[in-house]
Amino acid sequence: MNDIAPVHSIGGYVPMVDGPEKVAGRAKYTADLIRPDLLAGRIFRSPYAHAEILEVDVTAAARLPGVKAIVTGADCDKTFGVLPIARCEHPLARDKVRYRGEPVAAVAAVDDATARKAVELIRMKVHELPAYYTAAAALAPAAVALHARRPGNIERDVLFELGSVEDGFAAADLVREATYNCAEVCQNQMEMHAALAEYDAERERITVHASTQVPYYVHLMLAQILDLDMSRIRVIKPHVGGGFGCRTEALNVELITALLARKAGGSVRTVITREETFITHRGRPETDIRLKIGLSRDGRITAVECECDQRGGAHSGYGVVTILYSGSMLYAIYDLHNVKYIGRRVLTNTPPCGAFRGHGTVDVRFAFESLLDQMARELGLDPFAVRRANLLAAPTFTDNDLMVNSYGLPQCLDWVETASGWRARKGSLARGKGLGMACSHYISGASKPVNWTGEPHATVKLKLDFDGSIVLLTGAADIGQGSSTILVQTVAEVLGLDLSRIRIVTGDSDVVPKDNGSYSSRVTFMVGNAAIAAAQNLKSLLVAAAARKLDADPGDVECLGEVYRAGAQDKGLSFQEVVTAALAEAGTITVTGNYSTIPESHGGKKYRGAAIGGTMGYSYSAQVVEVSVDEDTGVVSVDKVWVAHDCGKALNRLTVEGQVQGSVWMGMGQAMSEEAAYHDGLLVTANMLDYRVPTIFDSPPIEVGIVESDDPHGPFGAKEAGEGSLAAFLPALTNAIADAIGVRFNDLPVTPDRVFAALGKRRRATLDGGD
Amino acid sequence: MAGILEFTLNGRRRGDAVPDNLLLLDYLREVVGLTGTKTGCDGGECGACTVLVDDEPRLSCLTLAAAMAGRRVDTVEGLGRDGRLSAVQRGFHEKLGAQCGYCTPGFVMASAGLLRRNPRPSEDEIKEALGSNICRCTGYVKIIEAVKYAAELAAQGAAP
Repeated sequence: MNDIAPVHSIGGYVPMVDGPEKVAGRAKYTADLIRPDLLAGRIFRSPYAHAEILEVDVTAAARLPGVKAIVTGADCDKTFGVLPIARCEHPLARDKVRYRGEPVAAVAAVDDATARKAVELIRMKVHELPAYYTAAAALAPAAVALHARRPGNIERDVLFELGSVEDGFAAADLVREATYNCAEVCQNQMEMHAALAEYDAERERITVHASTQVPYYVHLMLAQILDLDMSRIRVIKPHVGGGFGCRTEALNVELITALLARKAGGSVRTVITREETFITHRGRPETDIRLKIGLSRDGRITAVECECDQRGGAHSGYGVVTILYSGSMLYAIYDLHNVKYIGRRVLTNTPPCGAFRGHGTVDVRFAFESLLDQMARELGLDPFAVRRANLLAAPTFTDNDLMVNSYGLPQCLDWVETASGWRARKGSLARGKGLGMACSHYISGASKPVNWTGEPHATVKLKLDFDGSIVLLTGAADIGQGSSTILVQTVAEVLGLDLSRIRIVTGDSDVVPKDNGSYSSRVTFMVGNAAIAAAQNLKSLLVAAAARKLDADPGDVECLGEVYRAGAQDKGLSFQEVVTAALAEAGTITVTGNYSTIPESHGGKKYRGAAIGGTMGYSYSAQVVEVSVDEDTGVVSVDKVWVAHDCGKALNRLTVEGQVQGSVWMGMGQAMSEEAAYHDGLLVTANMLDYRVPTIFDSPPIEVGIVESDDPHGPFGAKEAGEGSLAAFLPALTNAIADAIGVRFNDLPVTPDRVFAALGKRRRATLDGGD
Repeated sequence: MAGILEFTLNGRRRGDAVPDNLLLLDYLREVVGLTGTKTGCDGGECGACTVLVDDEPRLSCLTLAAAMAGRRVDTVEGLGRDGRLSAVQRGFHEKLGAQCGYCTPGFVMASAGLLRRNPRPSEDEIKEALGSNICRCTGYVKIIEAVKYAAELAAQGAAP
């Protein structure tokens, strides 16, 4: 009996609980839901970037045999949008179109070929308006407003100054200012957007399957767009092929498909193309940054002034939040005082941007870590020393009232410095090779939910029945990040049971509790804590049942996972016996676990929108990147990346490593090759050849060091692992290139042609200097 | 125009009336109902639809179904034996070569094709075999580990 012990499920390398069906091809994604009765949905999109709609003529399309329904803006006067303060987008344009590719009409037909043919027969008449493809053009004094409610085309401007930058710069030994430009980038997740809507005309109910990160938002927006009571809607999230933020808001695809299904009185499946998926967008906006930093001789930051313009696209989307993150997240990584931020989120005639992984923090972090590196070099300081001179003394609150408890950045710095051999190798590499470093951070869930309802932030249910299996019910959307695996692990850990006793059901609003969704890296922290609470509640019931059966005091009952006993001499009860005893009292057991953030984590009120950036725990990352630059061709190769990530506690080392590697690599794409480019508002990179994602050939080994700072509020001490390591790659790369060839790149992506041009310019300057 | 396609799919003989212009990808998904093979792009860009034709990796989105007459086609659903995962599938599962899983069938089939013709590939040979498959989640690090591990499992006798 003495060798009986609870099974431990956290802290190891655990393959994903839904892995077998993915590798076997059995996992069903929305586009895989194929049935003979489905109608095919297709969308007619605006060929104009900015125009008043005079007429949408669908008569020829409607006459085509096999067409079952056509919807246009006339079918729906309701608006949607992720932020309650900015719900102003129509699923199908009315009155105006604002970007090339905006949905104008949609067709449901007996098959895809017919639907495509019908779309080609739709005509629109418009009065064209001047269109603006850059933030600067949209901000010009005479520019026509995209939205009447936003004259001047500014969706949101942000201005705050905490402390005094004037005093801070006066106290500095070195002040430098530089400008940066980061190209617009797209998530380009592997699964193209898809939706399947089944309308039950008899009952006036609708079921919608959607490739979403937040089924709850889809549910809310369906109710709004269909003008249908929420109780008549069911949302199902099948397997989802990635998201990286573009699916954290309800997209026009699922809303249009629902409108089609209702009008056709049947079931419609819409699978949009890769090109349309790019155009649906919600990526990271093109960002222009002017940054000014003051440094003392010993590397202390004395003041920061940051001005940030984002080309947000044609609709507000998450824009207000993005431009606020860019300012608030200057903080919470270093000890900063005297900070001024000026942000402008601009409306332009390009597809709407959204919440891309590292939401709002990435481009500003690129600028910050680049300028810090440049200034450290100028002062003759080691870049590690400069970071160490500015560490926070956690626990603390920042000047903008962000709560920082666990803070593993010092350990991250130590790890990458040692692992990369920085001290021995920096400055002694062969010609054309270089080392660069940088840091970044991210939140573990926004402390205030987008829709403030007063409910707990997360709710998990556990069902225990006669068979002794535990079913975990959650609305948290696993989109490939592994949230289902983590939640099963946490419940197993609390109960001391093997993972095999626990099954997870997720993604069906008929069955699972509502969840705020997979965004801002909230699931492990918030839903993980709710899962722990649920498991503890279940354990209490089981201990009480065992105590009754053993005629012991519950305080004396020891839970060993598969055995419950009262004292080491007791032979005890098997788990199945305890379950039977517990069910005898109350029948099938369901327990609830809830989690809510604490008010101290909600950010402050020093400026409008200061709650953005508030979280229960920040993750930290430090990176060293080693590059080789071919000075003849301008090709930059990343030879190796060392990354340390403070995730509080690695609940699953395998998935932490996978998330960190994926983040670093996605940062590499943005830094080196990815760019959404437009020609007169037409997205000309809307395929996976022109939108250049790194291939396996381009991709370096990424060595991960896991730092565990044991967050006091995290589930078993854990924080996020899936976003915080993205941003640091960008500046670590350009810092490494500067180390290799002495040229600093402030504009992204750093493509071979840019490197080649810069090297040529330098060569010419050297020749001129020699004259 | 349509014709009768007779071929071997995942080890089973099969015959269907198939339009001449039907892509193998759409045939597998929409006609047969094997949806493991994925559509990830608008044609030939991503590798998610990779299948094996007579053991050679091929993009089913650039292949006509009718051209498969008399050939042997294997999809991700056909790899396992007796309900258990194949070596490559185990590698991708256990080493986290799959995150969201959408590109996975394509990577699994390209890797299976590699191991069938080269049971002990070097890292460069793995990269060459997977060079036209795009994954957006993993950064490829664990995909390379997965294929190396699969090669070890196959060397111990597991079907690739």
